[in-house]
Amino acid sequence: MRAAAELAVEAVALRGGAVRSRIATLRSQAPLMLRLTHPKGPEPWTRLGDGAARVCLAAGAAGPIGGDAYALDIQVGDGSTLVLREISASLLLPGPLGGQSTLHTTVRVGAGATLVWLPEPMIAARGCHHLTDVQVDLAAGARLVLREELLLGRHGEQPGDVVARLRIRLDGRPLLHQDLALGPAAVGWNSAAVTGGRRALGSLVVVDPAWADDPPPATLVGDTAAVLPLPGPAALVSALADDALQLRACMDAGLALLTASSEDRRPGVAS
Amino acid sequence: MTGETTAALLLLADGRLPAGGHAHSGGLEPSVAADRVRDVASLETFLRGRAMTSGLLAAAFSASACAAVLAGANGRLGVLEEELDARQPSPVLRQTSRKLGRQLVRAMRVIRPHDCWVGLGRSPHHPIVLGAAAAVSGLRPCAAALAAVHDAVAGPATAAVRLLGLDPFATHAALARLGPLLDAIAADAERYADADPAHLPAGSAPLLDLAAEHHATWEVRLFAS
Repeated sequence: MRAAAELAVEAVALRGGAVRSRIATLRSQAPLMLRLTHPKGPEPWTRLGDGAARVCLAAGAAGPIGGDAYALDIQVGDGSTLVLREISASLLLPGPLGGQSTLHTTVRVGAGATLVWLPEPMIAARGCHHLTDVQVDLAAGARLVLREELLLGRHGEQPGDVVARLRIRLDGRPLLHQDLALGPAAVGWNSAAVTGGRRALGSLVVVDPAWADDPPPATLVGDTAAVLPLPGPAALVSALADDALQLRACMDAGLALLTASSEDRRPGVAS
Repeated sequence: MTGETTAALLLLADGRLPAGGHAHSGGLEPSVAADRVRDVASLETFLRGRAMTSGLLAAAFSASACAAVLAGANGRLGVLEEELDARQPSPVLRQTSRKLGRQLVRAMRVIRPHDCWVGLGRSPHHPIVLGAAAAVSGLRPCAAALAAVHDAVAGPATAAVRLLGLDPFATHAALARLGPLLDAIAADAERYADADPAHLPAGSAPLLDLAAEHHATWEVRLFAS
């Protein structure tokens, strides 16, 4: 199955100087269904009634299964704010012909714009063969929260093959480039160098121009989780855990640490 | 690789090259402390994982830097520096790579004087210096990649003998078994020699990143990283 979905948000100036973020494009194609929503849970940086656009991605069909090719394009216009979440976790399944499933996501966040993107975990079921590729282009002064969680197999299950690629550029220069290959086809993936047998992996990137070239300090969040300052106004929470709950606790702790500290530096913004 | 340059490759890949590499365990010391590596079998698995991730990353960047210096395109090295920074989320590992790079430049300035050492900056990343060193030694990108991926496993293997008291013969037997994998990784890395630096592999290894951050907080340690 092939599917392409598109989402674009732009800032609209209201009387009195306030700014509301308007959905300019909302194009869904099953199984990538985009829906306008109310806040799903606590959100960093934004508050209800602050004019942010809120959208959830829902699965309109099973998948991705091997052979599927999905494309998602997200444009957050200058000065606008988008909170993008997901209704449920996605289950990566093998296809009937053994082909690879792919999800290519392209994201552009304009000057002074904010994207808070909190998808639910991807679960790599036995025999899956999947590539997820996320390319993010941030303009100077853009803010980003991006979470990615990967669970290796359902309960008691050996995972299939997954490649997760993430590339973030800030003002045209590379900020973070990750390329994680896991599963039986990736030699040494289960070793003490890569996962050490842990079944849940996550990363959470926060880019905040308020940090300028002074990102938050490296902080250990646990035995296998840490806040890692990146070469730029950004930090990565990298975590390995035994299960989804432990992983989410690490992600939440890291997110609280990173978004709280940036609000402290922003006088006049109530938390 | 012709017969004329094989000796140059051996010189560059020799653990006795006075560039400070012996002080680093490549993440093995914290992995031993966490009981994730405890014998020859778990060491070999660790080395396979390291070769496929950090090893491929270093090999691809070394091959690319080697090709850039051979082509006289030294300006490309700055782009490679930025791309390598983006692929190392751990600040401790970025710092370690720059420290090893600085030490290798210092050694190479005397071992093989060349113009490229001047424009490399104060602390260039190790794989980039290794690639440049290969080029000025008359080696091709495939040799640079092989030296890099060999370096990625030989250091931790030697460290394992000291940290765990493993049988050095058994440890080297594990290295010998890794040979075909290292050759395959070097061949894969060579394909990136002339590629757009944005397309070079990243070889993420989350546990190595986290282990490096933990290790840096220890008060007493045998190895620098």
